Amino acid sequence: MRPILEIKNLQVAFDTYAGEVKAVRGVSYTVNPGEAVAVVGESGCGKSVTAQTVMGLIPSPPGRVVAGQILFDGQDLLNFTERQMQGVRGNQIGMIFQDPMTSLNPTMTVGRQIAEGLRKHQSLPADQALEQAKEMLKMVGIPHPDRRLNQYPHEFSGGMRQRAMIATALACRPKLLIADEPTTALDVTIQDQIIDLMRNLQRQLGMAIVLITHDLGVVAGLCSRVVVMYAGQIMEAGPVREIYYRTQHPYTRGLLASVPKTGKERKPLVSIPGTPPDLFSPPPGCPFAPRCSHAMKVCGQLVPQEQEVSPGHRVACWLTHPLAQYRKQEVAG
Amino acid sequence: MNLTPEMFEPVQSGAGSAEIITRPGTTYWQDAWRRLKQNRLAMAGLITIGIMLVMALTGPYLSGYTYSQQDLTMVNQPPGAKYWLGADALGRDLFTRLWYGARISLLVGVVTSLITLVVGVFYGGISGFAGGKVDEIMMRIVEILWAIPFLLYVILLMVVLGPGLKTIFIALGAVYWMGMARIVRGEILSLKEREYVLAARVLGAGSWRILWRHLIPNAMGPIIIQMTLAIPEAIFTEAFLSFLGLGVSAPMASLGVLASTGMEGIRSYPWQIFFPATLITITMLAFNFLGDGLRDALDPRMRK
Amino acid sequence: MMQGEILLEIKGLKKYFNLGHGRVLKAVDNINLKIKKGETLGLVGESGCGKSTAGRTIVRLYEPTEGSLIFEGEDITGLSGSRLKPFRRKLQMIFQDPYASLNPRMTVGDIIGEALDIHKLARGAGRQERIVELLRLVGLNPEHANRFPHEFSGGQRQRVGIARALAVEPQLIVCDEPISALDVSIQAQVVNLLKELQNRLGLTYLFIAHDLSMVQYISDRVAVMYLGQVVELADSLELYAKPLHPYTKALMSAIPVADPDEAAKRERVALQGDTSGAIDPVPGCRFQPRCPVAKEICRQQEPEYREVKERHFVACHLVV
Repeated sequence: MRPILEIKNLQVAFDTYAGEVKAVRGVSYTVNPGEAVAVVGESGCGKSVTAQTVMGLIPSPPGRVVAGQILFDGQDLLNFTERQMQGVRGNQIGMIFQDPMTSLNPTMTVGRQIAEGLRKHQSLPADQALEQAKEMLKMVGIPHPDRRLNQYPHEFSGGMRQRAMIATALACRPKLLIADEPTTALDVTIQDQIIDLMRNLQRQLGMAIVLITHDLGVVAGLCSRVVVMYAGQIMEAGPVREIYYRTQHPYTRGLLASVPKTGKERKPLVSIPGTPPDLFSPPPGCPFAPRCSHAMKVCGQLVPQEQEVSPGHRVACWLTHPLAQYRKQEVAG
Repeated sequence: MNLTPEMFEPVQSGAGSAEIITRPGTTYWQDAWRRLKQNRLAMAGLITIGIMLVMALTGPYLSGYTYSQQDLTMVNQPPGAKYWLGADALGRDLFTRLWYGARISLLVGVVTSLITLVVGVFYGGISGFAGGKVDEIMMRIVEILWAIPFLLYVILLMVVLGPGLKTIFIALGAVYWMGMARIVRGEILSLKEREYVLAARVLGAGSWRILWRHLIPNAMGPIIIQMTLAIPEAIFTEAFLSFLGLGVSAPMASLGVLASTGMEGIRSYPWQIFFPATLITITMLAFNFLGDGLRDALDPRMRK
Repeated sequence: MMQGEILLEIKGLKKYFNLGHGRVLKAVDNINLKIKKGETLGLVGESGCGKSTAGRTIVRLYEPTEGSLIFEGEDITGLSGSRLKPFRRKLQMIFQDPYASLNPRMTVGDIIGEALDIHKLARGAGRQERIVELLRLVGLNPEHANRFPHEFSGGQRQRVGIARALAVEPQLIVCDEPISALDVSIQAQVVNLLKELQNRLGLTYLFIAHDLSMVQYISDRVAVMYLGQVVELADSLELYAKPLHPYTKALMSAIPVADPDEAAKRERVALQGDTSGAIDPVPGCRFQPRCPVAKEICRQQEPEYREVKERHFVACHLVV
């Protein structure tokens, strides 16, 4: 099966007054049709920049793609003109953002916003597009779609707005939905509803999802594969059960440990000390080494190469090196 | 590089090393200056203003004539070696008078802008900070004053105080402070709900401390922009008043007075209006370019 | 577990906002809580439930509409100006947004130092020393004192905010969603720091958040708020093990589980819709329109907030 999205060795940099900030430093991952992939990492790790590059939304200048390929359905999006990209955005790839208020137009009714994409990409007449917009509102679980169609975004609550944005993004039935922190600004109860909705829509429409988040908690119930990013690089990637149950990278371990577990007794919450590096001058070697409790001399000197530890499970960590085997047992134990 | 077992020895990783800030530190003002420098038009404006300031201070002494010195044999001389920019209908050196006029005009602009700053920030700051009823009353007063035609003020003040530079300052200051007051009030109203202001209140900070340490410094960007844009407006208004004969009195001259007198001989001696009119235009453009540049440089939303 | 003396008693606290046109937003509508010395009391609820308003009223940023705040036996409700100032030192707050809670024009040293200036706690070299001490206390370096807030990451800024609150050596800190704007990994860092500081300095916290899992981790007792009222209060382990109010149950089931197998098999209490404002609360129980088990009585009568078993309070008709 050919992947719907294939990112190959993507490198993106931003030119600032203080020098070049290497936001994405050689990222590769694939998304298969109908599959949900999570891209996880702390803010500033390059997960959003990667997604925006896919959508051709990186402001340039200061941003620029240094190297790499983004194959969508076999075609390299980096070679597309702005006009061609417009035909892809909202049509073949949909995107939703953290803050629906900034991505919905406050002066346009929700119905027209959903219909707009349909009219543009599928050349539907206005009445048909509105009819379909109503279907979309129904599909994302907004009650009274007839009435809601003619309302403005400010008349919607936070959760409803996020649903409306999903409806806008999915109106043209894209093959891929990129969701950039879609639930971060929402209450836990609403977050749960939205994740649930995305899971149902994925099954119903057979689309692929890239879920970008900092919270490994929301990933478990939705995604089948996980990519863990740190400082513009992939630290670990693999099937969801591999990542959660056979965690290899100390960073992934740290992310998992910082999600509190509600239980009969209180287990101590382990946090990752320190702060991610400033990519204006990334540390030599493994970028996580300064915060890693298992760091070795080599970690501060050389960048670890990616190793496949089991089918589809890739790790970039010196602990997987044969010379570090004795250390690894120590870590796992 | 060869990998040796020795390289796989554990090292002490300290959280401390991950807390170090590697980027060079910049203050808000350094950052704004850096952005302003990138704006060519604004820098051109700034340089022009600099040159004009130097010329306004030294220009009147360069040609060897004073601004009121007459030579009736040289009436309406065209530009030449003796009078660089020619002489006027009373035989006075136009070069000297031009820079003298520029000095008065810039003085009017800067003083008006300073009056605006003091009164506007004070009034707007109190209005926005107090909020509620006080704010409502103070803003209604501004609106009423705003509705009074500007010329009426000036003529009334001229009658009461007599014409002169002081009257011009007061008249212009009395008009332009209101714009500043409104801007400052709006800024303060939105800033006072910020969490850092709440934090200061929880710490027990008094109103003055909050106003001067937290609110005004954060409103400085819009205040400076408004000040910069008030200067050319004041210069232009003064020129306009002078043109109507309501400006500074002879033998003093502002750019407006010069243009107004030059106007009388526009057919025969066009240079008499050309030079002051050009200088007014350049001044306006320079300040407006700088003001726009500052708006881009100081706008927190542009911050990256 | 905690039998200590009561540090702050909140009695019948109400905070209404007049929206004009005769509409009144009852953001906080009669809450009663006792915060004991040295404990952490969690306060959870969805956005718009009035938990932040409650926090702000407690630190006297808002004037309460009704009710009283009794701090160490003294009523501080009516105090203002110089009579309130000594209590300002004892009662501090940490804010939600680490980007908005630090003055961008002041260095971190001055931000922390301002607290010392206001209460005249230290001057000159002593002030500098105290700033360095506070920075160290929250895990930052002394060199950070000369930096401006925008040079820090979210987690670092939040620690500066904690240092500012600690500068006046408070007894009670109201933490108003201090972690909800941070990455999960950094949330854990901040929560662990707060716990450590509590042990070291004997602090008392009122910890406000919408995330039940973090609240449960840090709190000794948890109060659940819905539309301006406390609907359930219990020891945190008890609340997790035996939630009684249907709203608490729903909140609990919405907590994301970082475990694919468990996530797949867990049962969820689906909650319809979201909180509609507290402007015109429905008659009877306020949660009734969203409640999956609502009965006729819930629509007619407001439930009484009562102790159903030892140290476990709930306001629901259906709990016996």
